[in-house]
Amino acid sequence: MKRLSTFPKGGVHPPGRKHLAHSLPLQNASIPSLSIVPLSQHIGSPAECVVSVGDVVREGMLIGKPTGFVSVGIHSPVPGTVKELRRIHLPNGVQTDAVCIELAGEFDRLGKSQETVEWENMSAKELLDLFAQMGIVGMGGATFPTHVKFSPPKGSRVEFFVINGVECEPYLCADHRLMLEKIREIFEGLRVIRKILDPEQVLFAIEANKPDAIEAVMSYCRQNVLDVKVMPLHVKYPQGDEKQVLKALTGREVPSGGLPIDIGAVVSNVGTVNAIYEAVCLKKPLIERALTVSGGAVKNPANLKARIGTPVSQLLEECGGFSEMPEKIVMGGPMMGFTVLDLDTPVTKGTSGILALTGAEIRSANQTACISCGSCISVCPLGLNPRLLYKLVDHLDYGGAVEAGLMDCKECGCCGFVCPAHIPLVQGMRLGKRIHLKNRKKA
Amino acid sequence: MIELERQRITTSPQIHKPISTAAVMWAVSACLLPAAVWGVYSFGLRALVVMLVSIAAAVLTEFGLGLVSKRFTILDGSAFLTGLLVGFNVPPAIPLYIPVIASVFAIAVVKWTFGGLGSNWMNPALAGRVFVAFSWTGPMTSWTIPRNLVDAVSSATPLSAVKSGLFTYSGDAGGPMQFLSEIGYPHSAFDGKVTDFLRSVFEPLGATIEPGYGDLFFGNIPGCIGEVSAFLLLIGTVYLFARKIITWHVPVSYLVSFGGLVWIFGGSRFGSGAFSGDVVFHLFTGGLILGAFYMATDMVTSPLTRKGLLIFGVGCGFFTFLIRFFGSFPEGVSLAIIIMNIFVPLINKYTGPKRFGVTKKGEE
Repeated sequence: MKRLSTFPKGGVHPPGRKHLAHSLPLQNASIPSLSIVPLSQHIGSPAECVVSVGDVVREGMLIGKPTGFVSVGIHSPVPGTVKELRRIHLPNGVQTDAVCIELAGEFDRLGKSQETVEWENMSAKELLDLFAQMGIVGMGGATFPTHVKFSPPKGSRVEFFVINGVECEPYLCADHRLMLEKIREIFEGLRVIRKILDPEQVLFAIEANKPDAIEAVMSYCRQNVLDVKVMPLHVKYPQGDEKQVLKALTGREVPSGGLPIDIGAVVSNVGTVNAIYEAVCLKKPLIERALTVSGGAVKNPANLKARIGTPVSQLLEECGGFSEMPEKIVMGGPMMGFTVLDLDTPVTKGTSGILALTGAEIRSANQTACISCGSCISVCPLGLNPRLLYKLVDHLDYGGAVEAGLMDCKECGCCGFVCPAHIPLVQGMRLGKRIHLKNRKKA
Repeated sequence: MIELERQRITTSPQIHKPISTAAVMWAVSACLLPAAVWGVYSFGLRALVVMLVSIAAAVLTEFGLGLVSKRFTILDGSAFLTGLLVGFNVPPAIPLYIPVIASVFAIAVVKWTFGGLGSNWMNPALAGRVFVAFSWTGPMTSWTIPRNLVDAVSSATPLSAVKSGLFTYSGDAGGPMQFLSEIGYPHSAFDGKVTDFLRSVFEPLGATIEPGYGDLFFGNIPGCIGEVSAFLLLIGTVYLFARKIITWHVPVSYLVSFGGLVWIFGGSRFGSGAFSGDVVFHLFTGGLILGAFYMATDMVTSPLTRKGLLIFGVGCGFFTFLIRFFGSFPEGVSLAIIIMNIFVPLINKYTGPKRFGVTKKGEE
């Protein structure tokens, strides 16, 4: 058999633990009686609240309008009444206003058959505007507004459009399930994307640990005679990252500080493509997403379609609670996700999973001094020297750290994962990046 | 309602590879165990006492300095490992105050004055050994006859026997093993069986096999407590390789560069010209296996990247060759590694990783 391609440099193989949930079909999570909908769920400027306390909202109604180009709309996930506006902390450190909506009244969509809308007559510009209105962002976790990503600079040519079904984070299976259950919708979404970007080639990247999804996508393409190249990839973390998946697929490297479009590529997650389908063909804003509830401490792991704004505690309860006391509750994947302090923390557009992890899964140990083993360097997919960067940030030499490549760091967590001294390397990078950006703004 | 007893708030990554500094140190210590047992078997209980005293001195020094600087670092195992390696690197009959001084010097001066674990620029155990070797040359070169060489009269190590013998030698033995045979260097009974076996394999191919290789490989030779059995030291490395605690880069580049130089130049002293050096003899003597697999691979004092590790290993091989063939010391391993330790920051500077998406200036 031909050896499957992957990105050549660095990367790690954390225990996949996908078997906990990968065969469980997506189910609708129950509707929360109180939805907490943050106004900043995306990269860019937060949406501006357009409702006030006491207002009655309907399912899918705009409650936060985009402010500027790099911003998207926020919609009410449920029908009900606006109870309060609350200042909350999201696990990633973002502080934002959130609209709390108490469930009441009738659903406009839930449980009703939905008509598909004609969209072929819309221009690319109109479609992109629609994305922004419907609140479409990258669903892989980065939550970058899709209409911005799909507006390449004038004169650039889109050679490749990549549908990213890699899902390299351990535990998570939501994308896997989407590829099995929503394949028609994904390819309908792809038609919309083709109209906007007009790519020369469409690639569909899936890691080899999802053979059923590879088979499903391949046979769908065969049956419908679609010009899509399905590319199974050798399993390695962090292959789902844009830069790594493009290196694996095309052999090209996105330049440091650049974007995929610089090498003629645009990458979108399967979840995003599905959301594009729903927004364009069903006129349904982004008010729910697929996510995996899993981890060694969860009694009944599940793949759920949860409304944005559903509290974490409710989803964990829905999965039977805990089989043993977890050590950490994580939003997102175990490599890049954030621990949750408050169990009322809501699901946002970027929440790809909720994990309750046991001590045996975490394997923490006491931090010691760096023993210069060089592991962090050998696993860094971006060819950085995490040990050096951490030291520079620790010594407040932000300029030196930036020169050594700090801003390239994607916080994928490979270095922290392998460090025998258990040094919080990623936290060092994150801190350094933040302070550098703040200093630059001031200057 | 679900409730949590406790919640741990940490930054990503939330999971970790099952490895820690302590695990690394204890694993290396455990892998040295077979060789330590052999040292005790071969040289008697005195060897055990020496090792225990070395370890105790190292750990107590670490503990004492930890009290002063309020850092509790005993359980990370690094002081234990340093002490064990000091014990490995001294002769069995050594007066006990010498390994104590070596351990204290290793921990207090070499490690802690630079900031403790991870900050020392040279291998503490080797530095301790070299310190006492220069200070107490006599006791540090007084060897004990191993158990299996009952009828030996001299307790010189094979290397020192060759080195001192060559001062007054003008014949052409052809190689160190032939030379040792000429001067009547003893062999164990077990070596006879090994030699018979080797002869049955290699003599049909036209090679002549001198007796003594079995003793070198399995450790029936005088020497430092832990360095004599190349075989048992290599057994221990299997686990280190399996857990990826050490990689092949340093040992292989070290042994290949050293072996290559020995092969090219090593025969001339015995009048047999270039490309005739006895590589096997030199690989299994003078603590080279201990040095190449357990000391040169010390993470703290070796380079960071694979390329750097290869350069480091080659340098170690080169200096070991220089010292062993042209210096006044018969072994050369400890000094070679310490010399290369000095170059580590320089090697690191020029062997950094290649950044993703960054091309060299002028390239497209």
